[in-house]
Amino acid sequence: MSALDSAHTTGPSSRPDAATLAFRSATKRYPGQAEPAVDGLSLEVPAGEICVLVGPSGCGKTTAMRMVNRMIDITAGDILLDGRSVKERRPAELRREIGYAIQQIGLFPHMSVADNIATVPRLLGWHKSRIRARVDELLDLVGLDRETRARYPAQLSGGQRQRVGVARALAVDPPLMLMDEPFGAIDPINRERLQNEFLRLQREIRKTIVFVTHDIDEAIKMGDRIAIMQQGGKLAQYAPPAELLMFPNGRFVEDFVGADRALKRLALQRVRDVDLWKAPLVRVGEPVAEARAKATDSEVPYPLLVDDDGRPLGWLSERGLVGERVQHELRSSAEPVLETDDILRDALSDLLQEEAQYGPVVDGRGQVVGVLSIEMLAHVLRTDPDQVPSGADAAA
Amino acid sequence: MTTTTAALGQFGDAIDFIFNQHESPSGGAQVGGLSKMWDLLWPHLKLSGAAMGVACAVSIPIGLWLGHIGKGGFLAINASNVGRAVPSLALIAFFVAYIGVGFTNLMLALVLLAIPPILTNAYTGVRQVDRDTVESARGMGLTGAQVVRRVELPLALPLIFGGIRISAVNVVATATIAPLAGVVTLGDPIINVNTYGDEGRLAAAIVVALLAVVTEVSLGAVQRAVTPRGLKIQRREATP
Amino acid sequence: MIGLLAQLHIRENPTQSCEADNGFCPDWIAHNFDRYVDPFFQHVYLTVVALAIGFLISFGLAIIAYRRRWLINPVTQVTGILYTIPSIAAFFLLLPITGRGNTTALIALVSYVLLIIFRNVLTGLDNVPDETRDAGRGMGLTDRQLLWRVEVPLALPEIMAGLRIASTTTVGLATLAFFAGAGGLGEQIFSDITFKSNVVVAGGLAVLLAAVLDGLILVAQRLVTPWTRAVAAR
Repeated sequence: MSALDSAHTTGPSSRPDAATLAFRSATKRYPGQAEPAVDGLSLEVPAGEICVLVGPSGCGKTTAMRMVNRMIDITAGDILLDGRSVKERRPAELRREIGYAIQQIGLFPHMSVADNIATVPRLLGWHKSRIRARVDELLDLVGLDRETRARYPAQLSGGQRQRVGVARALAVDPPLMLMDEPFGAIDPINRERLQNEFLRLQREIRKTIVFVTHDIDEAIKMGDRIAIMQQGGKLAQYAPPAELLMFPNGRFVEDFVGADRALKRLALQRVRDVDLWKAPLVRVGEPVAEARAKATDSEVPYPLLVDDDGRPLGWLSERGLVGERVQHELRSSAEPVLETDDILRDALSDLLQEEAQYGPVVDGRGQVVGVLSIEMLAHVLRTDPDQVPSGADAAA
Repeated sequence: MTTTTAALGQFGDAIDFIFNQHESPSGGAQVGGLSKMWDLLWPHLKLSGAAMGVACAVSIPIGLWLGHIGKGGFLAINASNVGRAVPSLALIAFFVAYIGVGFTNLMLALVLLAIPPILTNAYTGVRQVDRDTVESARGMGLTGAQVVRRVELPLALPLIFGGIRISAVNVVATATIAPLAGVVTLGDPIINVNTYGDEGRLAAAIVVALLAVVTEVSLGAVQRAVTPRGLKIQRREATP
Repeated sequence: MIGLLAQLHIRENPTQSCEADNGFCPDWIAHNFDRYVDPFFQHVYLTVVALAIGFLISFGLAIIAYRRRWLINPVTQVTGILYTIPSIAAFFLLLPITGRGNTTALIALVSYVLLIIFRNVLTGLDNVPDETRDAGRGMGLTDRQLLWRVEVPLALPEIMAGLRIASTTTVGLATLAFFAGAGGLGEQIFSDITFKSNVVVAGGLAVLLAAVLDGLILVAQRLVTPWTRAVAAR
């Protein structure tokens, strides 16, 4: 995307490299409270990765995030941004290098969308033309019409406001982003869409991101690495999602991830990642003998009737095989029709809903490429995948 | 330095005027002293009290009712804005010119002055009662009048008293120029300075100021006393 | 009303009879209008100057008290007392110290305005949503930048509302300024309080001034806060 190229080479952005972040026994104690809010948190976030801080209410995840940009001052230990302690930096200066997106978004009501996004660039003294170009670039990046630049926050929907919030956080192309339940205030339907779009965005811009959520499913979907925190601000486990699901570290993590963690693993793979049964495809007018041969060949008991383009019409009934040529006689519809891009969790859900043992799988053009069975899904659950893709890639 | 001592001297004279009788500078009558001051204070209080009484009797029911039925908001809220724009002197003068002098006429003028803040605050006080509270009251079977009396009025009391406070201070202040309309109040030494002398005028100013402050403070205490503890501490009043 | 019409009828014996009856006489008004001009401008002067000084002082106090909360109570108490003291009493309490003239009137008028503006500025600033402040700070705005670029603009509607209230009340109080020797429309009213024409013109001009000031501030408010007029798209 040319707009993006310009951001990283000749364009307005100042720092294309993502930063590393390290917590070194970071602790936050509030006076008068017995337990620390954050207790000796140590973890490393490699550059360009999303680290999700997740845990129940009061576990200190938001406190930990806010210690990074010094909205909350650390009591003991250290936090290093690209190897440099944040304690050495002046807060306002530090924050201008870190993108900050919060749950209620906090857009400035008295400024237009463009002015909101331009806040930090203006603080840094960018030229007007550079700011204007960058605003347009960001609006494109987050999927907003360029016309929205003149609107006020009151005139935007929740989803639009959230996107402006992300654009604002990205304004100066910061090496690190902090996001505190950024999709929390959005309705569930749009939230999923925004999550997918954000992951697509991250694939392009590859920022280091600390993402706070209370929702384990969101954590698994969004995170390259997940830090599960428990009451008292302690780190329970820090691992990539697959490892977390397969080898939970202790009772708390097991409970928090949920007894259905095997099922959760299904969120990590796509239909195209697993072995599909070969589909016995027949067309109307085909010789019946051929059709029967295909059916016997395959593990699927019945032939699948497709149209001339290879799109599924339904499962063929015995009456369709009467006579010389195959006729259009269906025993059942082709539902559920699954797509190669679906995550396994959704595929399973569809199969269960239709009370089907198997369903045809189509590619981007709608043509059948195979059949997915519940047996195969059960096999996936039992297997110990070595190379289970991470959440960020799975949502690609 | 001399200005300060001169000023202090004047204040000293004024305080003296309050407690001790003097001969009037224009000759003849005695002025000053506690009983004479009371002769000025009492009409002041009577006038203010009467005006406030009538104003409350008129505005509170109307304000409550309008707030209860949710209509007439424009009138109720802008009553204060319009009322503020009319200077009290102009109001008094208008009454004197068109209706005449005397206690009753003046009291009417003061009633007009006092109505807007009380009306606005009574209306706003009822409107800001949580709609859910009113709904559940109705749901329990209370009639309209009962809802007003048992739910809306108690919850609106703090704001109503806020309005009363504002009006009372205004009325007390305006009653000072009552002598223009032929009613002798604490403003007499100010308007007819020749009879009372400079120290008399200053004395009256001091007493008026004190009276206003006392009114404000005591009504403020009443307002705090009627505020249910559950309500928030910081309440924005409809009018300052 | 009938009396008014009757007066207009008796044009044979023109202004003489009308004046003698202390009635409402358009002829007399037209003839003598120039005697209201100077008092009117004195009135404008007193109001505008008092508002300007009062606003500057209380706005400044509010900005300081916003970050040093302990100041709020003492300032509110003091300005509250100043606000409660009737202006006419204030004029004479100041007399021994500042003498007769504009200064005394202005001091009293200014002290009346202080509480209104102080309270409205603070309320306006306090009403800025917490998440807006959090987002601003998190983005790297210093306290001062946050105050002037975010908090004060968002407090403007409240501040302007206070200014409107202050301006109408000040016009009203300035009618009594002549007691302090500062002239103004009140002097005209007082000079002939039973003459209807006089009272209506002088009083009417005062009300007109209040309305015009109110309107001007309202217009200014609309200009300065364009986002409040943005209608929600959905």
